[in-house]
Amino acid sequence: MNDIIEIRWHGRGGQGAKTASLLLADAAFNTGKYIQGFPEYGPERMGAPITAYNRISSSPIRIHSNIYEPDYVVVVDDTLLESVDVTAGLKSEGAIVINTTKDGNELKKLLKGYAGKIYTIDARKVSMETLGKYFPNTPMLAAIVKVSGIMNEADFIKDMEGSFKHKFAKKPEVIDGNMKAIEMALKEVKEIK
Amino acid sequence: MGIRERLSGNEAAATAMKQINPDVVAAFPITPSTEIPQYFSTFVDNGQVDTEFVAVESEHSAMSACIGAEAAGARAMTATSANGLSFMWEMIYIASSMRLPIVMSLVNRAVSGPLNIHNDHSDAMGVRDAGWIMLFSETNQEAYDNLLMAHRIAENENVLLPLMVCQDGFITSHSIENIELLEDAKVKEFVGQYHPKHYLLNKKEPIAMGPMDLQAFLFEHKYQQAEAMCNAKQVILDVAKDFEKLTGRKYGLFEEYKLDDADIAIVCMNSTAGTTKVVVDSLREKGIKAGLLKLRVFRPFPAEEIAKALANVKAVAVLDKADSLNGVGGALFTDVTSGMQVNGVTVPTSSYIYGIGGRDTTTKEIESVYKDLMEDSKKGKIGNPYRYLGLRK
Repeated sequence: MNDIIEIRWHGRGGQGAKTASLLLADAAFNTGKYIQGFPEYGPERMGAPITAYNRISSSPIRIHSNIYEPDYVVVVDDTLLESVDVTAGLKSEGAIVINTTKDGNELKKLLKGYAGKIYTIDARKVSMETLGKYFPNTPMLAAIVKVSGIMNEADFIKDMEGSFKHKFAKKPEVIDGNMKAIEMALKEVKEIK
Repeated sequence: MGIRERLSGNEAAATAMKQINPDVVAAFPITPSTEIPQYFSTFVDNGQVDTEFVAVESEHSAMSACIGAEAAGARAMTATSANGLSFMWEMIYIASSMRLPIVMSLVNRAVSGPLNIHNDHSDAMGVRDAGWIMLFSETNQEAYDNLLMAHRIAENENVLLPLMVCQDGFITSHSIENIELLEDAKVKEFVGQYHPKHYLLNKKEPIAMGPMDLQAFLFEHKYQQAEAMCNAKQVILDVAKDFEKLTGRKYGLFEEYKLDDADIAIVCMNSTAGTTKVVVDSLREKGIKAGLLKLRVFRPFPAEEIAKALANVKAVAVLDKADSLNGVGGALFTDVTSGMQVNGVTVPTSSYIYGIGGRDTTTKEIESVYKDLMEDSKKGKIGNPYRYLGLRK
């Protein structure tokens, strides 16, 4: 039980948080882990707050409930910080990764004194520079892999290349951009001191 | 050694259907089982199966088409949830009374109303007296394995009953998890060909199926259905034995998890059993003798076996994910307590209605049930046995 890493994703419908959680599950599966990747389905509308979850473990996972005390939280859209209690139950030895351009002081205020580590990344910048469109999920996926250390970067990059080739078999022109987004995001994610 | 994969419960069910490659699949989409016919239709389109896929206009027609296909001598499958099953209801009884071994994947969801798309077992419980064999699945793996065993059970000449494989909507149907698949050829060999003894398209033996059946014989025919249900128990065990030889995965009528020496026990079905196992382990670490009986075969109901398995515990909680709304507990509770009583087992047993309409069930809640049971077993009696878990008051 202790070796399970639990991750909660907060995003808005249409931003790909669910897809990101499934891609993370895929990547961890490919490194030999036991995985769960599941969204919490609600009214599915573009822009509505959505939650998705991951469990990653080296032994079989039997629990089938939502995650209430995650090790990591990923916030795909920083407008959620004002309306959703994103750090609820988040372990203080864990970390939160936020897609934002807000500065440290502003974030600390919004996170109501969360004592764990705070990481940020400007996923919009990464996405626009590499894909020319705003798809925050790929950069956020790379960011959480880096922060959580659930697999090494080289393995992750190699695995994602395979996943994208499969996923975008009919749109090969977007594979390069997504790979660049991953590599750039791995460098861009920074801890706030 | 099988194939290591990661699939959602719906993908697992669709994959089983692909490997079974039935003659006919007739289905109408409904959340959360929609993906099953959706994936299956792509297998048809890609030529990975040679199934006749009937995209019907309703669930009533889906079951009707399966009935027609099976009566004709074909192997037919379908998938549905909640109100889809409700809409099939008339034909559900026709299928079992015509002794047609149709196999259904039922992705459990609350029956409206008010409208709710999430998991509970009210759909399955609504057809518990319809004469279908009902298998429940904790995980995507079990949903897959149960489907692979389904035809061997349903089509056995001592059984000839339709069979549904249940799994929890969203909780397992939409969660990507590890799974071990069998190679296509092994599935094909295990499931085998379907050679019905009597069927409509047999010109050497012209027969009528489903004619009027009045006072003279309906009673006897219903008795035969009940008899077939009794026969199914041994067939389910025999098929499970063969399946274990093939995969190493062991299945019975139910799974006893640390129940041997348990003082207190929970009885439940589907995904909650996994969460309960986690709680059992943590209580065992604290020296509390907790156990679990996870029911796999709900119909036929293994009353005698359950009574025997629970005979030595001091308190039992039966968790029902559907309320019978009769004021005295859910259907599983009624069956378990009746089975214990008839078989001379007297253990304080309480009913917990839980998880209705997708209400999440946590380890903390399961712990609270075991805590209640510890109190019950200390006192040797229970107060109000009709309890609710996770209900906001």
